Amino acid sequence: MTGLQRAGRWIGEHLVLALGLLVMVYMFVPIAVVMLMSFNDNSKSRNVYAFQDFTWSNWAHPCRPNGMCDAVVRSIEIGLLATLVATILGSLAAFALVRHDFVGRSAANTVIFLPMASPEIVMGSSLLALFVASGFGGRLGFVTIFIAHVMFCLSFVIVTVKARLTGLDENLEQAAMDLYASEWTTFWRVTFPLVFPGVAAAALLSFSLSFDDFIITNLNAGQTVTFPMFVWGVAQRGIPMQVNVVGTVMFLISMFLVLGNMLATRKKVAA
Amino acid sequence: MRRGRFTGYWLMLPAALWLALFFVIPFYSLLATSLYDPEGSVLTGYDVTYHFANFVDALDDFWEPLLRSLWYAAVATAICLVLGYVLAYAIAFKAGRWSSLLLVLVIAPFFTSFLIRTLSWKLILADDGFVVDTLQFLHVLGDDSRLLATPVAVIAGLVYNFLPFMVLPLYASLEKIDGRLIEAAGDLYASPSRGFLKVTLPLSKPGVIAGTLLTFIPAAGDYINASLLGSPNQRMVGNVIQNLFTSTGDYAAAGALSVILMAIIVAMVMVYIRTAGTEELV
Repeated sequence: MTGLQRAGRWIGEHLVLALGLLVMVYMFVPIAVVMLMSFNDNSKSRNVYAFQDFTWSNWAHPCRPNGMCDAVVRSIEIGLLATLVATILGSLAAFALVRHDFVGRSAANTVIFLPMASPEIVMGSSLLALFVASGFGGRLGFVTIFIAHVMFCLSFVIVTVKARLTGLDENLEQAAMDLYASEWTTFWRVTFPLVFPGVAAAALLSFSLSFDDFIITNLNAGQTVTFPMFVWGVAQRGIPMQVNVVGTVMFLISMFLVLGNMLATRKKVAA
Repeated sequence: MRRGRFTGYWLMLPAALWLALFFVIPFYSLLATSLYDPEGSVLTGYDVTYHFANFVDALDDFWEPLLRSLWYAAVATAICLVLGYVLAYAIAFKAGRWSSLLLVLVIAPFFTSFLIRTLSWKLILADDGFVVDTLQFLHVLGDDSRLLATPVAVIAGLVYNFLPFMVLPLYASLEKIDGRLIEAAGDLYASPSRGFLKVTLPLSKPGVIAGTLLTFIPAAGDYINASLLGSPNQRMVGNVIQNLFTSTGDYAAAGALSVILMAIIVAMVMVYIRTAGTEELV
């Protein structure tokens, strides 16, 4: 093989990987900018589109922008509640779909898939149409946002837990029962620990979907302001740099949880 | 574990009820809204008068943003397909033991707010920013031209925001491919590119279909990119619907436009289900 051929082969072997990594870089540039801008001191000029001076003050005083921390707290409250309800209802449904036969199972599978394939603007306006038609048009707020969030999180929970359940070896449960464990004990000592990483991943996904949602929330929120709605509101006037602090913190926490879940799953598989 | 004839129903019931009440029934409300008397207002109330002309009026007034949405979403989906395929292929076949870490990194952007990331693009593409300066230096862009408030910026934003929706299904179908099939193509003297075109690409078709739908659908309904990165000249159908509902209070037109958008998308999903079947996508 000549050197040229060898070089050609090496490029062929690594070109795809290099291009893939470039795409990856493209995906991370905006996040890097968010992190960088969280240290930006723009107190001397109104220009929020350039890095002026380095400062710790955005991190030291994250709640300085009016109303931002209230909005963050509200988003966390809605996110936790919606996650709790969606994770429980969704996990039950996933068990039904994987472990039980019932009339309408394939119809249920289709209905579960639809919210993931509908544009948010259509789901949001449908829900608003329902609330207005049933006389809740003047009472939009925390409750209507919560209802909407559970609705769109459910499908993602079901799909995630289903994937984990499908990959589970039913023989393990059979073995527990052969060793005289009751159905109840089998569930809590065998099934649940095995499914847990899937449930945890689903909960994490739900929370971030809920915390991040803007389009559906904006239509059904009335006067209630969530964090994304706060960001939208200030986006026209120029965003306070503290918004980037919240973005960075969110990113770091969820990366920590995702990588932790990944390592925990891997350790269990290896053991 | 399949004990109890009714256990399945009981487990399914709460989620099914929630989706029926707050996902299925709202579509009927939306349909009713689209047939409201267009003279109604928030103050006087709305009556369902089967005013089918709402659809004609909505198309007449807003065909431009509607077509623009479909066009931008199609271009963004095509670009996502190319970028996403490269990335998914690299993760599935070239990354070795790093593949699960890379996969986590693909979904990582989901965990920073969509709005904050889009605002970050606004900063990257800003008039005196690095990207515009470089392109002007290279004479790709004229000295006075800009990226913000152009279709390029909006489509770039759409590509960026929906790329993970393309990569994940593509990876799922690429990863399932039996490597021996690709080797067999090589053993039978197919060049690597021919092997890719005749073996890998056809086998990844379910991922391509799922990925294009999961990218195209949210992109066609999106208005955040058009609002933050574009100008009124790049207004998409989502901007119009949102505006009609929240600012103008013209529920009839907003409802009709939503129904039209949904009808176009349902038609696409039907074609998809015929080609690949629902289970594949989930």
